[in-house]
Amino acid sequence: MKIIELHESVTASNDRDADTLREEMRRKGTLLINLMSSPGSGKTTLLSRTIRDLSGNARGFAGNRAAEDGLKTAVLEADIDSDVDARQIDRLGAKAIQVHTDGMCHMDAGMTASGLDEMGYEGIDLAFLENVGNLICPAEFDTGAGRNVMILSVPEGDDKPLKYPLMFQSSDALVISKIDALPYFDFDMDACVRRVKALHPAIRIFPVSAKTGEGMEAWEEWLRSALCDWRSES
Amino acid sequence: MHEMGIVTHLAKTLDDLAKEQSITKIGSVTLQVGEVSGIMTDYFTDCWDYFKVRHPVLKSAELKLETIPAVTWCDHCKRTYPTVEHGRECPYCHSGETWLLKGNECVIKEIEAE
Ligand SMILES: Nc1nc2c(ncn2[C@@H]2O[C@H](COP(=O)(O)OP(=O)(O)OP(=O)(O)O)[C@@H](O)[C@H]2O)c(=O)[nH]1
Ligand SMILES: [Mg+2]
Ligand SMILES: [Zn+2]
Repeated sequence: MKIIELHESVTASNDRDADTLREEMRRKGTLLINLMSSPGSGKTTLLSRTIRDLSGNARGFAGNRAAEDGLKTAVLEADIDSDVDARQIDRLGAKAIQVHTDGMCHMDAGMTASGLDEMGYEGIDLAFLENVGNLICPAEFDTGAGRNVMILSVPEGDDKPLKYPLMFQSSDALVISKIDALPYFDFDMDACVRRVKALHPAIRIFPVSAKTGEGMEAWEEWLRSALCDWRSES
Repeated sequence: MHEMGIVTHLAKTLDDLAKEQSITKIGSVTLQVGEVSGIMTDYFTDCWDYFKVRHPVLKSAELKLETIPAVTWCDHCKRTYPTVEHGRECPYCHSGETWLLKGNECVIKEIEAE
């Protein structure tokens, strides 16, 4: 027997699968956004509104914005054992698929790739992965997404960055959701932003309310420009 | 649930390595597990025993676990301290503006193979 020193993360095989998936998606021009959060943070509500806005359907009057401006979106739902979320997205006319995680606490690159293949994503601009509601495990497993986004809702409190630093460090953007509820909670927005920036100076932060629509435009603009960047990065 | 996920990936990482380096048998695997990685070692070992018999190269592999101490950084007084002993509050300045520097990782240190 010989000793082989590895010093490699246990998830190294997943990291390789993730890189393969990212390359394939880049070739096809689809940007995969991995959404991570606690359960009930408002992912499905945010996605429903985002998809409606980006598809151009809710622009109201024709001519406001040309229909061909609309983006084609798709959603992979990784809820542990329900398909309620997928059905809700389906009603908006976006492609949606329920991926089964076999009771696992996170999505990995292999599961993500098979979900995408099963659904088919030819011609899709943005694909969203609604990861399992959990702030620990999803941050440790690269799904192969082009961008990682964390959602933190106002009722969860402004001290989450102190409790789950890895989640904030591995996200490109943070959506602070349910800001219409700010008057009812002692959520200190400045303290939260300061803590998040200390962990990850380059992170983009979007306070939004999917209920009132406040802040949605900046978030959606970021998605559009992330897609442009994705297609021009090599 | 977390343990099962990690063991799945560990087995796959080792399978890939075995193919790459034409290894036919792994005698032992040494893992370094962070003190606050959330991995329960008993349960982890059970998951490992369940998995290894399903992978020919791993069948007789012994799992050795080493602990990596957890260290927390205090952003207020810019010092570090042992996490497990003091938790989230800095023992020097009592600030709560602290976060984990290391101790939640899980790394394959080495394997014995032929
Ligand atoms: N006040 C307020 N409530 C919201 C907002 N967005 C979502 N909610 C509410 O929060 C609850 C959870 O919303 P979902 O969109 O289902 O959250 P989720 O993260 O998809 O939940 P899971 O998939 O179960 O983890 C629902 O009762 C929503 O009505 C918001 O912007 N403001
Ligand atoms: Mg949901
Ligand atoms: Zn201190």
